[in-house]
Amino acid sequence: MDLSLSEEYQALQAEIRGFIATHGHRSPKVGGGRKRPDRKTLDWQKILLEHGYVGRTIPVEYGGAGKPPDVMEAAVIAAEFARANIYAGLTNQGVSMLVPTLLEVGTEDQKRAYVGPTIRGDIIWCQGYSEPGNGSDLANAQTKAELKDGFWVVNGQKIWTSSAHYADMMFLLCRTEPNAPKHEGLSYLLLSMDSPGIDRRPLKTMTGRSEFNEVFFTDVKVPEQQIVVGRGKGWYVANVTLKHERSMIGNADKVTSRLEQLVRMLGTTEVDGVPLIRQAEFRDRLLRLQGEVIAWKAHNLRLLTEAAQGVDSGVKRMIVKYGGTMLGFRLSSLAVDALGAAGLPFESAGEDAEDDDATTWNIDYMYDVGLMIGGGSNNIQKNIIGERGLDLPREPKVQTATVVGRG
Amino acid sequence: MEFGLSLEQRQFDDSLRSFLRDRLPMEQLRALAEPGGGFDEGLWGGLSELGLHGLIVPERFGGAGLGVLDAAVAAEALGYAAAPVPFTGTTVMAPLAFINSATEAQQDEYLPAIAAGEARVAVGFAGLAGQTGTASVTLDGARLTGTVSGVMDAGAATHFLIYLRDGTAALVEASAVTTVSHRSLDRTRPLVDVTFNATAAELLVAANDKLASARRVLDSGRVVLAADTVGAAQTMLDRAVAFAKERVQFGRVIGSFQGVKYMLADCVTMLEPCRGMVWYAAHAQDAMPDEAGLTACHAKAHVADVAREVARMTTETHGGMGFTDLLGLHYWFKRVGFNRQVLGGPERCREEAAALQGWTLHD
Repeated sequence: MDLSLSEEYQALQAEIRGFIATHGHRSPKVGGGRKRPDRKTLDWQKILLEHGYVGRTIPVEYGGAGKPPDVMEAAVIAAEFARANIYAGLTNQGVSMLVPTLLEVGTEDQKRAYVGPTIRGDIIWCQGYSEPGNGSDLANAQTKAELKDGFWVVNGQKIWTSSAHYADMMFLLCRTEPNAPKHEGLSYLLLSMDSPGIDRRPLKTMTGRSEFNEVFFTDVKVPEQQIVVGRGKGWYVANVTLKHERSMIGNADKVTSRLEQLVRMLGTTEVDGVPLIRQAEFRDRLLRLQGEVIAWKAHNLRLLTEAAQGVDSGVKRMIVKYGGTMLGFRLSSLAVDALGAAGLPFESAGEDAEDDDATTWNIDYMYDVGLMIGGGSNNIQKNIIGERGLDLPREPKVQTATVVGRG
Repeated sequence: MEFGLSLEQRQFDDSLRSFLRDRLPMEQLRALAEPGGGFDEGLWGGLSELGLHGLIVPERFGGAGLGVLDAAVAAEALGYAAAPVPFTGTTVMAPLAFINSATEAQQDEYLPAIAAGEARVAVGFAGLAGQTGTASVTLDGARLTGTVSGVMDAGAATHFLIYLRDGTAALVEASAVTTVSHRSLDRTRPLVDVTFNATAAELLVAANDKLASARRVLDSGRVVLAADTVGAAQTMLDRAVAFAKERVQFGRVIGSFQGVKYMLADCVTMLEPCRGMVWYAAHAQDAMPDEAGLTACHAKAHVADVAREVARMTTETHGGMGFTDLLGLHYWFKRVGFNRQVLGGPERCREEAAALQGWTLHD
């Protein structure tokens, strides 16, 4: 057990602190929800790329810094930016999911065409996975693509597509082999959102914002070579991508910072002249959450160490999405309870301005429920934990004609 | 940075677990538990060969000179086996008390005997720990008078080391006091009431800050109990998972039902982070004094709460069999229950965590 940083990482830490001291004033504001990066954000991303603080392990020929993978370096960089409250670079679906997927399984042409522009923020991606009839049962996707005259012709509908209203490109899971068993009939296509036949309709959520979209496809033509890996390999590619998404959700920095905010909030919010932190019921909830956060942070240090050692963490990693989203919700729940009735006035400022604190907490509180549903819902996570983690038997499969090869 | 166990720690863990598997099959555990004395000469002697008794004792006194993290590793293995061994008090808190508070001469006299497993010093708290029961002892000169009830790991004690409210540590020989031993809910570990009647005591008062020193001993004991709890809960989870793969109802193994599968998924999701938490808190006792008190309180409280849920759900998984004596699952259920209450339950520990941060309810 050694929680100190080696000289190498201390040097990196010092380098980043120097960088932040010199350039930090050019950083865009942290937070503010999901929106298309503005000029300031793109300029900042360029500086980060030049210094190797983003795209660090991406090969030089694709626009990165070409350093060997080192999870401890990544943790040091993330921690320093978080500590200084400086924007640590784009973390959208293109950067976090598509780029690692293409680097793992893409063709040389695909890597050259998309990795560089995506990490620079010039291309914004959205993810075409969920459908109205197929949420948790992702492999049952029914949006179809038929190969005609060198083009995939796409027809169908996607839903819950984050960022689609401003995205340039989509990575799409669709059915190209209608007669194959459901997991073997899918393909993974890369297409332009400006293609004729695409209709994007923003979907207003319970937060009052349009974080998601419905996307309709009518005879949308996608060049044949825009497929990743190959026909019928879409489920495999989608799992490569999902692996990267699930590891994004539920990290310890978020719950740590929320706990710190709660300590401040309960210390300064008074009812009948008594701060909430001096009221037994509130204080007890805070203490219980503090215990959970300490456990969660230790668990994440353990995962980080195992990743650095190249050890497969198995069930320890499988619990991260479920456990992390639940803890996040308990934290935001205490925040909205501490705000109480005074926190109920709710006016979302939309994408172009900042919300007041109470509205932000209430949006986070609702968004946390969304996080339990998205990226493989928590009940799906419990299946994964039980079946892959504890080796419990699967539910017996229901084999009906409607499941295989519909549409 | 490396958060985890070293190769040596993992090897020690493996050899201890393998020893306990051999020595404590269920029928042997039942036989040792029935008298309820929490001690078996053969088992204790075997653990001595593994170097368990001298784990914390500095090398110059014949021990291994290791830390609370190593003790936590051992405790998890002992909890996993529900071993009737007076570990936390005798092997962890007592040597730490001598290291922190005794003079060189006192250390010279007692630490080698502790390392050899010959001196078995039970540690009791007359106050400080927040344990319910009687904790009323006064010190007049070097004579102790009064009663401390519910001293753990004292079934075969040769000495009692009693911490008073101000952090003074008073050592007496077991033969000089009146003791009443109670078989506890957890038959693997008894609780002993000890009464002093102007009993001559040797005081351990070499520490600069005796209250802080007493708290360090208490914190370490709490972390080690939390580690034992993680081990006990893990046994229950492993057994429930194995049972769910075998037991057939409605023509299917019950582990294929989501109602069962999700309970077990919840158990692992809650329990696995507790292991990291215990390691972190144990490491804090060894190397991060600023975090030692807070992490010890939280580990004792949080792990106890998680383990209660795990114990409940894993017993439920076994159905009616889980409720019987036949499976013996109850030994671990009760071990979790015992660990929860001794040295301060979750409510007390969280109260202390609040006080450490100035979150008191009243000025």
